[in-house]
Amino acid sequence: MENNRSFYNEILTDHNLHPMHKHPLDTATASLEGVNPSCGDDIVLNLNIKDGVITDGSFTGDGCAISQASADIMLDLIIGKTVEEAEHLKDIFLKMIQGKATDEEIEELEEGGALSDISHMPARVKCAVLGWHTFENILKE
Amino acid sequence: MQMKNFKEDFPLLRENPVVYLDSAVTAQRPESVINSEMEFYQKYNANPLRGLYDLGFKATECYEQSRETVRKFINAKSEREIIFTRNATESLNLVAYSYGINFLKKGDEILVTIMEHHSNQLPWRAVAEKTGAAVKYIECNHDGTITEEHLKQAFSERTKLVAVTHISNVLGCKTPIKRITELAKECGAVVVLDASQSVPHIPVDVQSLDVDFLAFSGHKLMAPFGIGVLYGKESLLEKMPPFLTGGEMIDSVTRDKVVYSDLPHKFEAGTVNAAGAWGLKTAIEYIQNVGYDTIGSIEEELTKIAFDGLKQIPRINIQGSSNPKEHCGIISFTIDGVHPHDVSSILDADGIAVRAGHHCAQPLMEFLGIPSTTRASIYFYNTKDDIDAFLNSVSSVRRRMGYGE
Repeated sequence: MENNRSFYNEILTDHNLHPMHKHPLDTATASLEGVNPSCGDDIVLNLNIKDGVITDGSFTGDGCAISQASADIMLDLIIGKTVEEAEHLKDIFLKMIQGKATDEEIEELEEGGALSDISHMPARVKCAVLGWHTFENILKE
Repeated sequence: MQMKNFKEDFPLLRENPVVYLDSAVTAQRPESVINSEMEFYQKYNANPLRGLYDLGFKATECYEQSRETVRKFINAKSEREIIFTRNATESLNLVAYSYGINFLKKGDEILVTIMEHHSNQLPWRAVAEKTGAAVKYIECNHDGTITEEHLKQAFSERTKLVAVTHISNVLGCKTPIKRITELAKECGAVVVLDASQSVPHIPVDVQSLDVDFLAFSGHKLMAPFGIGVLYGKESLLEKMPPFLTGGEMIDSVTRDKVVYSDLPHKFEAGTVNAAGAWGLKTAIEYIQNVGYDTIGSIEEELTKIAFDGLKQIPRINIQGSSNPKEHCGIISFTIDGVHPHDVSSILDADGIAVRAGHHCAQPLMEFLGIPSTTRASIYFYNTKDDIDAFLNSVSSVRRRMGYGE
């Protein structure tokens, strides 16, 4: 019996199978590895930040569909944004994964909203937030 | 074959429609085990080995009866050779810290197979660090077979301890323990057998295996959590110092002198898990009632059905032997293009519980050249319906991951 509640929706599987942003980035001004030891997800996030704006970004590495799709969707969202705008989206995303974001907030995440069901899947939360946490750590450095 | 539906004996499986294929991690518990743990607290509860009153004696009696049941179960010579621990990990650490650190030295070699669970690898690395002994690996073929050649490459006159699993928790294959014991004897090495995966599935006789130490967890054997067993040959246990020190493991303590208790209590410091031991006794009685022949034949039949089904599904790779009889109910597999964690999430959405990951055996994963696998582990309470549901779900995975097939 197939359960339609399964969160592997088309947005997620599409970003996993055809990630736009999965490639090296020669122009990166900052790169950081993010690892999720329980799943073996291992990505490197590359960003080009100029005058407070994320002008370009990419990721490389391997992992489960959720970690890969989430990183790709994140880059879709934050490329072209200022660091403050991107941080705001990160806060909403992390709230969403905890099941605490409002519908209006989730709308701001555009395709990121496709991962909202992860809040019911405690085992997969780390996969969904890997890209965003790596982004958070880049900003700290 | 007409199988009894053993799920009837298991309250969780009776009341929950879950397709539980994760028994290699922990088994479900039969009603009799759950009741006997409760019975201990309702009828016999006192701190064993201490209370000088009737209830205290009863609690002690339960605890020691459980020890005797374990002794018979694995055919140890004496109850002095049966030590209760929390689990196999603690049992293995006990041997590492009490035997390994005190009896191994620089220049000695410790052999572990590449397929050991981390709990039978990391304690030996700690021993190596502390003593200067070296850890060496016994390699295997891709299907998990350890050949005479692999053994010859690993053993040397410096080999002083061999830590080996009885059945791989990833590949389900048996290791050539008899041959390993023979070779160990020739170089005067002790053999530590991790029987965590074997005791639930096949009869284990420590005298015929002739191993020096043997460890297993109760919970994989349907006993409560928090009770495990270490068997050790009396002559070795006698000369080993205590692992933990404290209450109820001494004969006398003065300002400058301690006389430790006799075996096995020397190794059971502090208040023990008597209710857990009592539950383990019931679990052993339950498994003996079902019988290893029945357990083996059900597992073999279901594993074969699962194998045949998986072979019909494109892009599935089963790890280990191509013969389902050599899997002891454990089927680790990968699906091309789908991460094992995604496989298990999809199966979970269909109500099927399997394990995904490196199964605490990362060096084996590295050797197999895969970061992780999905693992279904079958026990005698599973049914053909369980396997059918599993196969249905697995066959839908690639389509549901967007592969359009």
